Amino acid sequence: MQDEPTPIELTTAVADFLRNDITPLISGHQAFKLRVAINILDLVTRQLTQEEGRDAKEVERLRALLGMDGSVSDLNAALAERIAKGEVDLATPGLAEHLWATTMDKLAVDQPNYASYKRELGR
Amino acid sequence: MIEAELSRSVARWCEGATGVTGAAKLSGGASQETWRFDIEHPDGPIGAILRRSPKGYGAAPTRAAGLAAEAQLMQLAYEAGVPSPRVMHVLTPDEDLGTGFIMQRVDGETIARKILRDEEFATARPLLARQIGGVLAGLHRLQRDKLPELRSRSATQEIGEFERDYRSLNWPKPVFELALRWLRDHDPGPSAETTLVHGDFRNGNLIIGADGVRAVLDWELAHLGDPMEDLGWVCVNSWRFGEIDKPVGGFGTREELFAGYEAAGRKCDPARVKFWEVMGTLRWGIMCGGMMQRFREGPDHSMERAMIGRRASETEIDLLRLLAPRGR
Repeated sequence: MQDEPTPIELTTAVADFLRNDITPLISGHQAFKLRVAINILDLVTRQLTQEEGRDAKEVERLRALLGMDGSVSDLNAALAERIAKGEVDLATPGLAEHLWATTMDKLAVDQPNYASYKRELGR
Repeated sequence: MIEAELSRSVARWCEGATGVTGAAKLSGGASQETWRFDIEHPDGPIGAILRRSPKGYGAAPTRAAGLAAEAQLMQLAYEAGVPSPRVMHVLTPDEDLGTGFIMQRVDGETIARKILRDEEFATARPLLARQIGGVLAGLHRLQRDKLPELRSRSATQEIGEFERDYRSLNWPKPVFELALRWLRDHDPGPSAETTLVHGDFRNGNLIIGADGVRAVLDWELAHLGDPMEDLGWVCVNSWRFGEIDKPVGGFGTREELFAGYEAAGRKCDPARVKFWEVMGTLRWGIMCGGMMQRFREGPDHSMERAMIGRRASETEIDLLRLLAPRGR
């Protein structure tokens, strides 16, 4: 077990420093790059916060859909292959729900401000 | 530095020109650059744009039509009354400027978010969806026998090409697989008519003024194909920039787009347009994957490129909204 502060606390501290102390000092193209850098740190923090629990649920759904076991990436590759072969499609019970749940979890990390995501959150 | 070469160039083809000022690079990758500059003239300065591949970068990527074809298409469009910059000069090898062309600079805005938010465009915005329909009709009516040599792509070929691109990324994505299946199942077959297709007609590649569309830019993906492809691409959610209830570039409805297109004397096929919208959404998603790959393997190790890889999920949610919409 590693010591604390946790990775989440560390990335948050760096992002806050860049946002609050450095942003006012920088302009032009470098300011744009700095915004991208802060966005990346915020994304990493969201992923560290959410990934474990959501991946576990994803694996649970994939096991039920596919009737097999494996890592989250193995199971995703298996599902992709079955869809490609036409063995699984939107008529398969649980597929649409699984894809929606998984995609919403990805957007929550990648782009929580994306308009389509915000719209679907309200459903 | 570039001003010296440009000054020598304009002296040859722009009568009365005395030189060039204010040259500034607007954008540029390794193989293609865009510069703005002013031609000094006794009647007042003339705004101009240079698009070129610098020396040593002759070959265009496989999907691109090439700068010579781009210049020819823009000039044809201009002559046919499609909003387009006038091409003033095509570069020759002895000018030492690389390959490319010089065109008239058109005033207006290309940044999509500004066009969608700024007060300056408030009166133009509600007119744009219909106007875009008319512009596309004019573009699709350009005479085939006058066009430069262009690649020709059917829907079936495009599905195959995107599938290859996607598989080469080794990036298994169930939603993309679902979209590929849907595209194969809904492949509309060869279109009744093959026309010029712009290939990247969208909010962001149009110069917009208070009066509406002033110029269509970025013709590098032009090809021959199904004209409905352009109508589908302009509706892809990624080019609505948050205005998700206005499918046509965030400006207006499909009905307005179709009305503008048909008022100009051409017929729409909404099922084909939907097919190309799904295709376009997947296309942008695969392109995001390509950016990720270049970030990992290529010389462009920039943060921006890395982050575009994380935008593929935007196209996944948009594909689900198109193919498996949830109850309202």
